[in-house]
Amino acid sequence: MSKGFGAMLPGEDGRPRLPGSLHLNRRLSQWLAIHADGRVTIKPGKVELGQGILTALSQIAAEELDVSLSRIQVQTAATPDSPDEAVTSGSLSVQHSGSALRHACADARRIFLSVVSQRTGVPVDSIRIVDGSFFGPQGEIGSYWSLADAELLETEASPDAQPKLPSARRLTGTSVPRLDLPDKVFGAARYVHDLRLPGMLHARMVRPPARRATLTALREGPLPGDARAVRDGNFLAALASTEWDAEAAAARLAARAEWQAEDSLPEQSVLAAWLREAASRGKHSVVQERSNPAPAAARTIKRSFTRPYLAHASIGPSCAVARWQGETVEVWTHSQGPYNLRADIAKTLRCAPERIIVRHMEGAGCYGHNGADDVALEAVLIARAVPGTPVRLLWSRAEELGWSPFSSAMLVDVEADLDAQGNLIGWRSHIISNGHSSRPGRGKDPTLLAASMLADPFPVHPSINPPMAAGGGAPRNAVPLYRIPALHVATTRLLEMPIRTSALRGLGATLNVWSIESVMDELAAMAGADPLDYRLRHLDDPRAADVLHKVAAMAGWRNRTKQEGRGMGLGFARYKNTGAYAAVIAEIEAAERIFCRRLWIAGDVGEVVNPDGVMNQFEGGAIHGTSVALLEQVRFDRRTVTSDHWEAYPILRFSEVPQVQVELITRPEVPFLGAGEATMGPAIAAIAAAIHDALGVRPRALPFTPENIAAAMDAEA
Amino acid sequence: MVAFTLNGDPVAVDVPDDATLLQALRGPLGLSGPRFGCGTEQCGSCMVLLDGKPAYACTLAAAAVAGRQVVTVEGLGTPESPHPLQSAFLAEQAGQCGYCLSGILISAAALLAANPDPDEAAIRRALDPHLCRCGSHNRIIRAVRRAARQMQGQGRAA
Repeated sequence: MSKGFGAMLPGEDGRPRLPGSLHLNRRLSQWLAIHADGRVTIKPGKVELGQGILTALSQIAAEELDVSLSRIQVQTAATPDSPDEAVTSGSLSVQHSGSALRHACADARRIFLSVVSQRTGVPVDSIRIVDGSFFGPQGEIGSYWSLADAELLETEASPDAQPKLPSARRLTGTSVPRLDLPDKVFGAARYVHDLRLPGMLHARMVRPPARRATLTALREGPLPGDARAVRDGNFLAALASTEWDAEAAAARLAARAEWQAEDSLPEQSVLAAWLREAASRGKHSVVQERSNPAPAAARTIKRSFTRPYLAHASIGPSCAVARWQGETVEVWTHSQGPYNLRADIAKTLRCAPERIIVRHMEGAGCYGHNGADDVALEAVLIARAVPGTPVRLLWSRAEELGWSPFSSAMLVDVEADLDAQGNLIGWRSHIISNGHSSRPGRGKDPTLLAASMLADPFPVHPSINPPMAAGGGAPRNAVPLYRIPALHVATTRLLEMPIRTSALRGLGATLNVWSIESVMDELAAMAGADPLDYRLRHLDDPRAADVLHKVAAMAGWRNRTKQEGRGMGLGFARYKNTGAYAAVIAEIEAAERIFCRRLWIAGDVGEVVNPDGVMNQFEGGAIHGTSVALLEQVRFDRRTVTSDHWEAYPILRFSEVPQVQVELITRPEVPFLGAGEATMGPAIAAIAAAIHDALGVRPRALPFTPENIAAAMDAEA
Repeated sequence: MVAFTLNGDPVAVDVPDDATLLQALRGPLGLSGPRFGCGTEQCGSCMVLLDGKPAYACTLAAAAVAGRQVVTVEGLGTPESPHPLQSAFLAEQAGQCGYCLSGILISAAALLAANPDPDEAAIRRALDPHLCRCGSHNRIIRAVRRAARQMQGQGRAA
């Protein structure tokens, strides 16, 4: 198993099992440091993407150590000292990093307590910790801070450490305010975009006019100011002391560059047909099958669903700063995986990874593998031309929307069997898609954009899918959680990749959850059952039933009344079938196009570290899903992506955003589950169902635009 | 040399004619609040107040603000003396990645200066030039309403 996924799924390596990422990063000093001046530094390998993870991790550490939250500082991830937690992705940060920090801090507490006990003779059980100070029956007997120099954390974590019982927790489970937000409302320098190093130069890329293009000539000519060109094969950039000169130089270089360009992209108007045709040359695999005894099918329905390529559409274009010093290079990046990025930069430079230092800084919101890693390599390549001088590379809006990896276009065919009583007894589905990961650090060749553009280029391999044990890629959530005796779920991964694809929030779940829920609604109608009741009668998991009951109560589902031009619909999923539960009810208005007016969301993430943080993620994911449902599709011609500005790739604006109500079912006794991706699929499914409620047609293609809804009406007619 | 008033203080900056106000603010003037998002007036990340009105700094020539008043998010308030909007955004936890917030705070300040008691529709209209990808919109709307209530209570102008 490759390195990145390996960190998610530590194998049985014979060592005592430690929680989360602690298993592979076992020294306590990798995770925390205690300082004589009364501060604690925690060192997670997971990074802040806007999701609020650093606040949740700080809460967990403060809780286990029994110190106030204000004593906790977070050291942002950097190679080589941070624990290698692979990629901050998959809604796994509290599981991986939170579990590790909870255990590491509990172990640190145990060690400090035992040392104080030995030195004072006060039994451990008689020592109380109050904000980092230790009290025996006679008063204060020490503190973390007084023992800070004792190197007590230079040891491997013990599997015997006992984190607090849920009943003893006081800080986790509360909505402490986000630690990063004050900087963000006062405009403080916090993002990698804001990094200013002495003597820093500015760079801009010059992109080819097509995905398949060769730079055949670059005409000579003057450039503004001190600007210069940096070129390596098809890789072309402008470098200057100021941003305006770099931008003007890039424009001049673009005008002077001669490219031999070719068609290499499919015809967008027949994308579904292209997917089927390319699948004939793809890699077929069975995701899951079972064949328990079932009555004969009384009815079978066959349905197909498609979705277009989707863009990350981050508000801030990707940015990085790089500086060479002799044989080493330092790069500041908003990558999700510092070690994985380091590995691919090293492969590209054909050097040892130790020569590269990767330092994380925040970027604009990240919803998966966007251009962050690509721009980091590009900054490194440009900075190589000016040793000792830092170079800041900022992508344009057109690059961010046009050259970042995209989430793959997809198609799924579903067949579902009903028995005579209307029960779901058989399910067969087949998903066609490119892979959903071309993240760096996992293959023998680098996956970064520039690596394939150099004079000595690396091959571009088709993207892959994470294994199902890690949630899968294209088939993520393709196996219904519903009770179905006979089931066969298969997928075909395309082995050609005209448009570079990788991970975006939810991966294949955005299509799979919607397709399952749409078919369930149809089956419910055929069985004469309410969509809620029909789901409940096919669910064995009480936590699933609980969120459905809760969302129904929140939205008044049972008493809903039909209103002209309005509709309500229900969607449900357990993310990856192992993660958070989310049930969503949508209310839509069908006017000149579809508007989603309200969303009700009930969720269950097990133990909740920060309720407001989870609700923020649930709401944000559902609004993202609403935008995907109603507006989003990458557009392209035969040569390049054309939806490279906000008018061509619209996302939901303030005037269209639904009102959202979120409620959580908290379960302090059970493990925490990530929240970031749980609601997107169910929100899309709920909106599709609400469209059917309003218009009597079931959408078959995302986004649910008037054109796609009209096509579904024509197909049903 | 372009001279103007930035967050209440006189400044003069030497930039070429084709430099944008955003480049001047983030470059020689050393600010980080106004942000580059698109460069084409489509996302609102760069919004500043120009003589009290919201203006896109990403397309405005720096030379065009000579003699005028420019206010960025840094000029609205500080951690020690926050604008009611900044306090309200913290109270409502109105943000995730935060990249869009500088511009949104600017447009919200202009709205409240012109309309001290905006309803939800007016807030949505005023913020429609701004993109937020994280989905913090509803929290942001609540924060603007909270700030409006507080400012009315205090009788403070934006």
